[in-house]
Amino acid sequence: MPRAVAVQTILLLALAGFVVFLATNLVGNIARLNLHVGFNFLARPAGFEIAQTPIAYPEGATYFRAFLVALINTILIAVVSILLSTVLGFIVALARLSTNPLLALLAQFYIETIRNVPLLLQLFFWYFAVLGPLPLPRQSLTAFGLVFLNKRGLSVPTPVAEPSFPVFITCTALFLTVAIVFFTSARRYRVKTGQTSRNRWVAGFVFLCAPGLMTIVAGTPVTWDVPRLNGFNLSGGTTIIPEFVAMAIGMSVYGSAFIAELIRGGFASVSHGQTEAGLALGLSRSKIYSKIVIPQALRTIVPPLAGQYITLLKNSSLASAIGYPDLMLIFAGTALNQTGQPLEVMAMTMASYLLLCLITAGIGNVINRRMQLVER
Amino acid sequence: MTRPIAFLRKCISSPLNALITLVILFWLLTTVPPFFDWAVFKAVWNGQSSRDCANVDAACWLFIRLRFQQILYGGYPATEHWRIMLCGATGLVALITLSSPVVRNKVFASLALTIVFPVFAGILLRGGVFGLAPVATAQWGGLMLTLVVALWTIASALPFGLGLALARRSKMPVVANLAIFYIDVMRGLPLVGLLFLAIVLFPLFVPPGVEVNALVRTLIAFSLFNAAIMAEVIRGGIQSVPKGQYEAAISLGLSHWQAMALSVIPQAIRAALPGIVNVSISIMKETTIILMAGMFDFLGVLQGSLIDPDWLIGDQIRQTAYFFAGLVFFVICFSLSRYSVYIERKLSPQGNK
Repeated sequence: MPRAVAVQTILLLALAGFVVFLATNLVGNIARLNLHVGFNFLARPAGFEIAQTPIAYPEGATYFRAFLVALINTILIAVVSILLSTVLGFIVALARLSTNPLLALLAQFYIETIRNVPLLLQLFFWYFAVLGPLPLPRQSLTAFGLVFLNKRGLSVPTPVAEPSFPVFITCTALFLTVAIVFFTSARRYRVKTGQTSRNRWVAGFVFLCAPGLMTIVAGTPVTWDVPRLNGFNLSGGTTIIPEFVAMAIGMSVYGSAFIAELIRGGFASVSHGQTEAGLALGLSRSKIYSKIVIPQALRTIVPPLAGQYITLLKNSSLASAIGYPDLMLIFAGTALNQTGQPLEVMAMTMASYLLLCLITAGIGNVINRRMQLVER
Repeated sequence: MTRPIAFLRKCISSPLNALITLVILFWLLTTVPPFFDWAVFKAVWNGQSSRDCANVDAACWLFIRLRFQQILYGGYPATEHWRIMLCGATGLVALITLSSPVVRNKVFASLALTIVFPVFAGILLRGGVFGLAPVATAQWGGLMLTLVVALWTIASALPFGLGLALARRSKMPVVANLAIFYIDVMRGLPLVGLLFLAIVLFPLFVPPGVEVNALVRTLIAFSLFNAAIMAEVIRGGIQSVPKGQYEAAISLGLSHWQAMALSVIPQAIRAALPGIVNVSISIMKETTIILMAGMFDFLGVLQGSLIDPDWLIGDQIRQTAYFFAGLVFFVICFSLSRYSVYIERKLSPQGNK
């Protein structure tokens, strides 16, 4: 194949030429503009504040610390949105598949409306039009005096570990291991003999009673720090910044519409004959769903669902438009402007997103492989 | 007459369903009339200034009306608006002609449309030649800018995506692996990041003295990103074409490229059409992020006009603006998605009978 070799050689040469062209320009421009190069800046103090710091970010912390904070913020909002959108999407899909046509119609209306409006606009809507006009802390909206919502964000009770907490958690973990051992042995017994073992009940009993038992023995492991109004402000508890609340709601609602469609499509792909076959075998409705319909539907749902999670992760970069301190805003924004080293900063940002996407895709692939039909 | 009755009967088919129906009806009764009050009956439609909307807790359509020119054209000079209209009208006529059965050679016609029309539109909108006054792209804005970015991205991502899809299926390992690498990397990056790259890093990679304006850089980022997305959709289409089609074309004496161009690609594009329309919908929606690069697109103009001190008279202005923006996007994207469903039905074996 001399032609193929020639084509590929030319292509590689052209590509190499292009890269050399870019590199020469880059080197020339760096020399001309007198730019600093290298990752030394990561060790310098960052000197700006971040509105949400899941890990310690003291004054004088380095740029690398700021990068980590921003990265964790990105992961945080992505994970929360993925979980919430899956739950919400599942509920909407159930409504969409409901035998009540009015409910199904309403769910369809929800899906179509959400899917056809840009996410950025929806984020603006939640942040500026819904959370913006909220009252000041004094007039907070509250649920049972435990959760407070106001202009400054969402205040929720925080668990505080008591001295007995380490004892509690070790013993509970021990009990859980015992429960799992019993459960697997019960299952092995059932697979082998076809009969249910009493171990199953022992496992369930241990599983359910262990935490309660440990609380009685070791004392309350956790107390709750509830936010309460103190003058003009709320004190105690944890305050989630409004940007996070807006992002979480906006991304979850947006994602839920797509996920609902995926789930609906997955269930629609399982032919009705499967359900009928189950009925003919005398299986109960719940058995038909858990053993026949859902496993087959999941096979169709999981691959695009993983894609949807990646999309959600990438969409989290819109956070910078409403000021949520994620990778884009803090690192590719503030840090880039302060250091004047766009090359290094952008490379780190993009590599982080790429890595996060690859990890998500990898997890999706693993789950998908376990889910797929094992063919003979 | 039977369908509504069947619908109603299903609504009360079981006690649970009847209860759900009742709850939904109650909810609709408490939300729908107030919504129409807000959007239509109590809304302000006429007036001269923001004072007419103050203290009215309902939609302020006056705000949209007074800014309508800006929403449509951004900062484009008022005397030159005819150019945008002409451009839009030409595009529309071309599209209708293309989709009518009169045009036989669709491939040729669509190629002409994707090559000739952008050049024509570029000259007309940018000006500076043939006695047209030049209009800097910084002055472009509003719905016009949104449509320019969206249409350009769709038109450029299609051929580029097709090329990538073909390269990915190539038997030459270098070509295939380069295409796979490109597609996978692009799909793993957020578009906002690419936009930042195009804005911040682009000047570092071109020879000194070369200035590329911000809109062109944005368009490049959009094209590069969406070509990878489009490539995957088209690849699905190519894979759906049975191998026998290619073999039949070869056995008729066509060369490899003739067989691809005359038999495989047309069928692949047709099969991929619903997916292509879906990608177009997401392109349409993601154009909004150009406001993060400081451009005043449709959403950017609305968002920008919200900080006008004249209109800081209450939450109703913001609500109206977002509702209006949502409605416009919904109308565009929903029609596209209906179109996609229509093609899918038409292409499916059941629909062809």
